[in-house]
Amino acid sequence: MDDKGVKFVIGIYEDEDVLLDAISSVRDKGINIYEVYSPFPVHGIESRLGYKRSRLSIAAFCFGFLGTCLALTMMIGMTTIDWPMIIGGKDFLPLPVFIPVTFEMTVLLSAFGMVGTFFVISDLKPWGKPKTFDLRSTDDKHVMAIEIEKNNMSEAALKKLLKSNGASEANSKMMDV
Amino acid sequence: MKDIFDFNIGIKKNLLYLFLGGLILSLIGVYQVINSGHGHEESTEIVNAYISDDGHSEFHWYKRVYSNLWINIVYFLGISISAIFFVAIQYVSQSGWSAGILRVPLAIGRWLLPGSVLMLIIFAITNHDIFHWTHEYLYDESDPRYDYVIDGKKAYLNLPFFLGRMVFFLGIWYLFYALILKHVAKEDKLGGTGSWKKLFTISTVFVVIYAFTQSVAAWDWVLSIDTHWFSTMFGWYVFASWWVSALALITYMIITLRDNGYLAFVNHSVIHDLGKYVFAFSVFWTYIWFSQFLLIYYANIPEETIYYVERLDSDFYYPFFLVNLILNFFFPFLFLMTRASKRFTRFLKVACPVILFGHFIDFYLMVTPGVLKDNGGFGFLEIGVLMVFLSAFLYVTLNGLTKLPLVAKNHPMLDESLHHDI
Repeated sequence: MDDKGVKFVIGIYEDEDVLLDAISSVRDKGINIYEVYSPFPVHGIESRLGYKRSRLSIAAFCFGFLGTCLALTMMIGMTTIDWPMIIGGKDFLPLPVFIPVTFEMTVLLSAFGMVGTFFVISDLKPWGKPKTFDLRSTDDKHVMAIEIEKNNMSEAALKKLLKSNGASEANSKMMDV
Repeated sequence: MKDIFDFNIGIKKNLLYLFLGGLILSLIGVYQVINSGHGHEESTEIVNAYISDDGHSEFHWYKRVYSNLWINIVYFLGISISAIFFVAIQYVSQSGWSAGILRVPLAIGRWLLPGSVLMLIIFAITNHDIFHWTHEYLYDESDPRYDYVIDGKKAYLNLPFFLGRMVFFLGIWYLFYALILKHVAKEDKLGGTGSWKKLFTISTVFVVIYAFTQSVAAWDWVLSIDTHWFSTMFGWYVFASWWVSALALITYMIITLRDNGYLAFVNHSVIHDLGKYVFAFSVFWTYIWFSQFLLIYYANIPEETIYYVERLDSDFYYPFFLVNLILNFFFPFLFLMTRASKRFTRFLKVACPVILFGHFIDFYLMVTPGVLKDNGGFGFLEIGVLMVFLSAFLYVTLNGLTKLPLVAKNHPMLDESLHHDI
């Protein structure tokens, strides 16, 4: 076991309904949960954990708007300002013709930007080190991690609490976070 | 929770005021058109002389009334059939989220029968004035007004076949609507999943039939006004306009009912889904509208561009062209983009009526330039006729809302609707 880092208490849960109830009752006691890991998306877990709504959509809008501006700048710059050309008898500034490319660039940049932002904010960047508290959270177990120092409860008391809330195991582990 | 809609005297009074107000505005409008008609005709004399070979360009005040009648009948009939289509696709997709709100689109569908009758009557009155191809002389080679292009479309565009199609479409739509209503009523009485399974089968058949008949109806009722012109996107274009209007109306009615103490179980997630429908199909409408426009603009073939030349090169129609795009795309796109605006009713309460009016303008722009050419107008007459139709439509809809309980208490998926959470 790694000796560096901070000490965590880790509860292992078998069932997502038990997990959801456990999250609520642990949080009701005023205990700060570091993070919950589950092998599949669990409906309603964000609201139980008290997460604020993700601001990813704002990033998506900004990237999309950037795409719109880039596409229009490129096309107007090329065919209207730099080297005016008549194509198909249209004006130098045929806006309807520019719309499909603008649309595609908006969608492309907003999608790529959103995926990139998501990777960065959720620590999935290529050079990032994934935090796996228990390998079984990638298989069939739900894992709840609680940082001991952030809560004024002893390790034994925390373990007891997790067990009483339906955890099948309660372990402790040092993690470098 | 109030279970049955109370269509009380207060609402009826308001509808009566709306009807009378519309009637008065229409009469003022007619008076204005008759009085300004002469001046108008003189100013367009050259244009009239130029196309008088066609023999269909003289302007009479009643043409503008007819054009308005036709816009409104197509618009409201489309909303009601699209509402039935909404019910059908909820059953086809076996949706649970919408189980609690289906009674509202079902009630909107009540307009289908009176609307159909009205449509046949209005067509009987207005046929020559709206549909140029109904003139006999166009097909007579010895007549100087003989039209080679229209004669080539005779196999499709002739009165018996056209009327046959109209009656067939309206009839088959009503048949399916009646079947859906019958099984919904049966479900309320007997419960169980039998009716729900039957409704699935009926809806599946209806969706397939509607997909074909709606397109053809759009060609017949709207596209054939501009007889020489054609567009392969037109069926979808009309569908998109009808559909998003119906969605906006369904959403608005559900929110209004909820504010008045009905449908209290409709939570923010259901409203959110309806808002997403309105938002998504506003963008869908734009997609179809723009696809039709871009191809014609880019190819630049005179036979095709004439449709847009009539609208873009006209001082009168050009502002409507822009208003159409602003109300139906830019406004809903920016206004309904955030999550909060689709979840909280005060945003939707603004957006839905604006979209409904925007699509009325869309139909105005599809019909009027083809019928009235340069003599089009937008004034008391247009608003008045719209108010008259709206009051009749709302009367039938709200009256239909009283016929069944507002909650489908035996719908097998009602529980999912009550706990819908996104």
